[in-house]
Amino acid sequence: MSARDPSPEPNCETPVLRVRGLDVAFDTHRGTVQVLDGVSFEIAPGEILGVVGESGAGKSMVGAAVIGLVPPPGRIAGGTVELHGERIDTLRGEDMRRVRGRRIGSVFQDPLTSLNPVYPIGRHLIETIRTHLPVSEQEARRRALALLADVEIPDPESRIDQYPHQFSGGMRQRVAIALALCAEPQLLIADEPTTALDVSVQAQVIRVFRRVCRERGTAAMLITHDMGVIAEAADRVMVMYQGRVLETGPVRQVLDHPREPYTRALMAAIPSVHDRLHRLPVPEIGADIAVAAALPPAQAETVAAPADGTPLIRVQGLSREFDLSAGWLVRTLARQPKKVLHAVDGVSFDIARGRTFGLVGESGSGKSTVARMIAGLTRPTAGTVHFDGIDRWGNAAQTAALRRRFQMIFQDPHASLNPRWRVDRLIAEPVEVLGLAASADETAERVAQALRRVRMSPDDGRRYPHQFSGGQRQRIAIARALASQPEFIVCDEPTSSLDVSVQAQVLNLMRDLQDEFGLTYLLISHNLAVIRHMCDDVGVMQRGRLVEQGSAGEVLDAPKHAYTQALMAAVPDMRYAPAAAVLVTA
Amino acid sequence: MWVHLLRRLGQSVLVLLAVSFVSFLVFRHIGDPTISLLGEDATLEERAALTAELGFDRPVPVQYLRYVGHALQGDLGVSYRLKRPVVELIAERLPATLELALVAAVLAVAGGVALGVYTAIRRDSVASRAVMAVSLVGVSLPTFLIGIGLIYLFAVELRWLPSFGRGDTVQLGGWSTGLLTASGWASLLMPALTLGLYKLTLIMRLVRAEMLEVLRADYIRFGRARGLRERDLNYGHALRNTLIPVITITGLQIGSLVAFAIVTETVFQWPGVGLLFITSIQGVDVPVVAAYLLLIALLYVAINFIVDLLYVLVDPRLRRA
Amino acid sequence: MTLPSPTGAPAPRRWRNAESPVLRAFARSRTVQLAAFVLLLVALASLFAPWIARQDPFDPAVLDLIDAFTPPGQQGASGAFYPLGADDQGRDVFSAILYGLRMSLLVGVSAVGLSLAIGVPLGLAAGYAGGWFDTLVMRVADVQLTFPVLLVALLIFGIARGLLPEGYRDDMAVYVIVAAIGLSEWVQYARTVRGAVMLEKHKDYVAAAQIIGRSRTGILVRHILPNLLAPVLVIATISFALAIVAESTLSYLGVGLPPTQPSLGTLIRIGQGFLFSGEWWILLFPALVLLALALSVNLAGDWLRDALNPRLQ
Repeated sequence: MSARDPSPEPNCETPVLRVRGLDVAFDTHRGTVQVLDGVSFEIAPGEILGVVGESGAGKSMVGAAVIGLVPPPGRIAGGTVELHGERIDTLRGEDMRRVRGRRIGSVFQDPLTSLNPVYPIGRHLIETIRTHLPVSEQEARRRALALLADVEIPDPESRIDQYPHQFSGGMRQRVAIALALCAEPQLLIADEPTTALDVSVQAQVIRVFRRVCRERGTAAMLITHDMGVIAEAADRVMVMYQGRVLETGPVRQVLDHPREPYTRALMAAIPSVHDRLHRLPVPEIGADIAVAAALPPAQAETVAAPADGTPLIRVQGLSREFDLSAGWLVRTLARQPKKVLHAVDGVSFDIARGRTFGLVGESGSGKSTVARMIAGLTRPTAGTVHFDGIDRWGNAAQTAALRRRFQMIFQDPHASLNPRWRVDRLIAEPVEVLGLAASADETAERVAQALRRVRMSPDDGRRYPHQFSGGQRQRIAIARALASQPEFIVCDEPTSSLDVSVQAQVLNLMRDLQDEFGLTYLLISHNLAVIRHMCDDVGVMQRGRLVEQGSAGEVLDAPKHAYTQALMAAVPDMRYAPAAAVLVTA
Repeated sequence: MWVHLLRRLGQSVLVLLAVSFVSFLVFRHIGDPTISLLGEDATLEERAALTAELGFDRPVPVQYLRYVGHALQGDLGVSYRLKRPVVELIAERLPATLELALVAAVLAVAGGVALGVYTAIRRDSVASRAVMAVSLVGVSLPTFLIGIGLIYLFAVELRWLPSFGRGDTVQLGGWSTGLLTASGWASLLMPALTLGLYKLTLIMRLVRAEMLEVLRADYIRFGRARGLRERDLNYGHALRNTLIPVITITGLQIGSLVAFAIVTETVFQWPGVGLLFITSIQGVDVPVVAAYLLLIALLYVAINFIVDLLYVLVDPRLRRA
Repeated sequence: MTLPSPTGAPAPRRWRNAESPVLRAFARSRTVQLAAFVLLLVALASLFAPWIARQDPFDPAVLDLIDAFTPPGQQGASGAFYPLGADDQGRDVFSAILYGLRMSLLVGVSAVGLSLAIGVPLGLAAGYAGGWFDTLVMRVADVQLTFPVLLVALLIFGIARGLLPEGYRDDMAVYVIVAAIGLSEWVQYARTVRGAVMLEKHKDYVAAAQIIGRSRTGILVRHILPNLLAPVLVIATISFALAIVAESTLSYLGVGLPPTQPSLGTLIRIGQGFLFSGEWWILLFPALVLLALALSVNLAGDWLRDALNPRLQ
């Protein structure tokens, strides 16, 4: 079985897009880097092909190469791209420009920056329509209105004259889809279209996307790292790894019975929202991807019953308000009321010792604010947080005594480590500031120990953060959190910006550390599957309120509150059974 | 939106008050006005009388209010050196400076924006690089050197243009203008060029930097992916977005032109307020200095306000009430 | 084995492939190398001026009046050689330039130092603390921005002149002019630093430091400040050029350094008087040196800004 998978059975009609042996290279000061290597695939009319892979797989580059927008110093070094039988990779200048938009439409990831903020939506649509189709201004406007209605924008007549900043994220992305379709292209390329959106909004965007493609018979290439989105939206899927195509096939086939070891490992490493595993299998990423390490048997696990005793963390009536009203001048003159945002409103829960409490919610739910109040970064406007019976926001002496007992891990490993500090200095900081070591040697020893605990070498201490990958940086952040030997760690979206395989490693590490040191975790996440995998108890937040809480099994298997039910329903359903995949390995 | 403007107006008033306070302090405490006005041999009685008349024996806040009151009525004191009301002196010389600043401003903005846009869109052409190289020299050359160089070339060697004075002027009511005569323009040319050149290079580099920044934005990339023509992207999208910050910065630069004119007026002996200011500094003629400060602040604040108005018109994000 | 650089001349291979993008950019650009060379030359010349110059041109005892107006490259009536000519007092223009360069650089560096000392701490505090302090600092900055550098400098000069007795004016001129330029340039440092701090303070590494209880000053100085070096360096370079030009302008206007302690600007002012009577060298050479200096610094500043811009890498 070669790594280059030949395209599947040819369709009776000519494929809309046919790519053969595509190579893309980048000329850097370190030499030529091969970003795409012999990529081949086809898309039939009306078909949605999912392109999936982790970061560095080259999936975005495929999309860029097809429309001729490979950023310099990159270039297409070989292969062919054919649109309805005609070669388009050799087109330049005006010829290529006419293909873009008219025959191939594009949707990008970030809807906020994709649209020019000083022009209304209508202007974007009409401009694109009239650039490609010979229609009058009124006709273009009529078409634009029809498109907006089609992508389910309410009240298109008034919305068409509004500016991008007046739309929500999900609406903007639907407008972007409308923009991509307005010149009636034969192919649509969507690059991570739902990555920046909440789960519930994502569901709607995917639904609209599928429907408009079906109705128009437009072929589509859906590029994403999210396997769940592929499961919901695509007909066929192409799995990529480090610039090469690993395997291609119908979605259900690849997801349920993947052929390649890497794909199997990748599928297995994705936590499921339905079952909790003991540890996630981690795909080995080595030079020869055809050989993946034997996967440890994935054991399903039931959550232990809560221990008795005083909870380590007790949160009562926690609230945080933000005053968003305009200055007093505006309020007096415009007679506007005081506008207060209740970011967190009367939240109460307990975290038992040695267990993991998960706080789940979408953006704006207030979960991060709760975490910051518990961690001591933001002062609550009402309510209390008690750490082992001590008031966390009490007097200075109490607060100081608590400091060495808890720590925090943040979402973005790029921003949570000071780029100008060496790794060993970063990890030593808590030890030094909290006065936990008697001498410089002792500090160095603690740093080395911390690095070893996160499966890194003490020599790594001498390097700088930018020399490490995202996953390694997150492990350094964990090492820093461990250096002061805390009892309690707040984890704010610790794996949200990591690839699936790296996420599996980090989550496994966190569980190992919990078992070894008896740590207590507060885990904040919007990803229900991660919550299921890691947490013993769960709280669901919506717009500042804790709408439901209980053990993980209770909340996720039998949700009582309507919002929780809606959330669970919106999670892309992969209908994937981990046990089945393991059987294939053996 | 109106509230925003109102707030800016309030800030402007604050600035003016602050400046007037500084002016007042300068006016009151530097040197001894009685000696400057009456001369070294004035008797004590004469000085006491003058002190009472000028109100220098009252408490400081009262004096400040008197000062502001006088200023609002158009009385800014009497020049120590020239023994004439300051307002008169300024009114006489203001047209010269304003005309110079106006012509230089038109030159700087028109040239600067045009060249800035050109060098951003065609950034790799030979002409672009040449312009950028020259602009670097322009920013490094002190204004007075440009002036001296121009004088040497056009006045001394070629003898095409006069090297000092305004030429023939025409009286329009209280305003004497040099824009209506050929010799007026001939005299205006070199000073305006000198004053405007530095600003032109500044504005050009600013516009270029902004435009390059905008051209890197996601919505430009997305527009390209939609198949929009480069022309539409450059002028319809990029230029429009560039203008927003450019308006603010250009406004600031123009506002400082009047103050910048000091050097040009010195080099060319141009009879404007700048030259008046310099000679007043050297002669420690305090009332003139204080009045000049107020004038500059007033001009600056007025221009800023206009810029704010323009800003609101151009950026839809600011238009929500 | 060396790789050809775009300008055709071979560049040291290790620099071209260095890990640091700044070094790579440096090796690639011939113009910046030239600018750096000029600056080095200027710095050395002014440092060793007393040894290189033939005479201290501002010591009247050394001057020979019979050598007045000697054209460049010739021997004067006394037999001494004047490579760049002599002025109306028999002063060697070359020596005068060296000493003038010294003064110009001294004023430039001191003024930048003063602006840094005022602007950076204010910007740090205003950006991090926010609230009324931030508003206050920004309002003061706004008021100051109403007046261009030149005007503020003139004002301070005028005040100093009004306050200081006659005899001390010339001696204090250096301090006055450094104060004048330094006090008017701090605003751009404060603003840039404030903007950068406001961006950085929301980053998670600051939160991580807050959790373990680091003091605000500790966070500002140890964590945030090192991340601000790039923009501050760029501003410092450009404002150094501005300071040099500003000083020369003030001296030219007669309100800067006096003829007893001249800078390049003063020399130009003196020279202008003789331009039209034919002794062009008294003006031209100081002017050329000033231009070369300002040009090199601006080039370096421009290039530095592009080289340190993370988005261009």
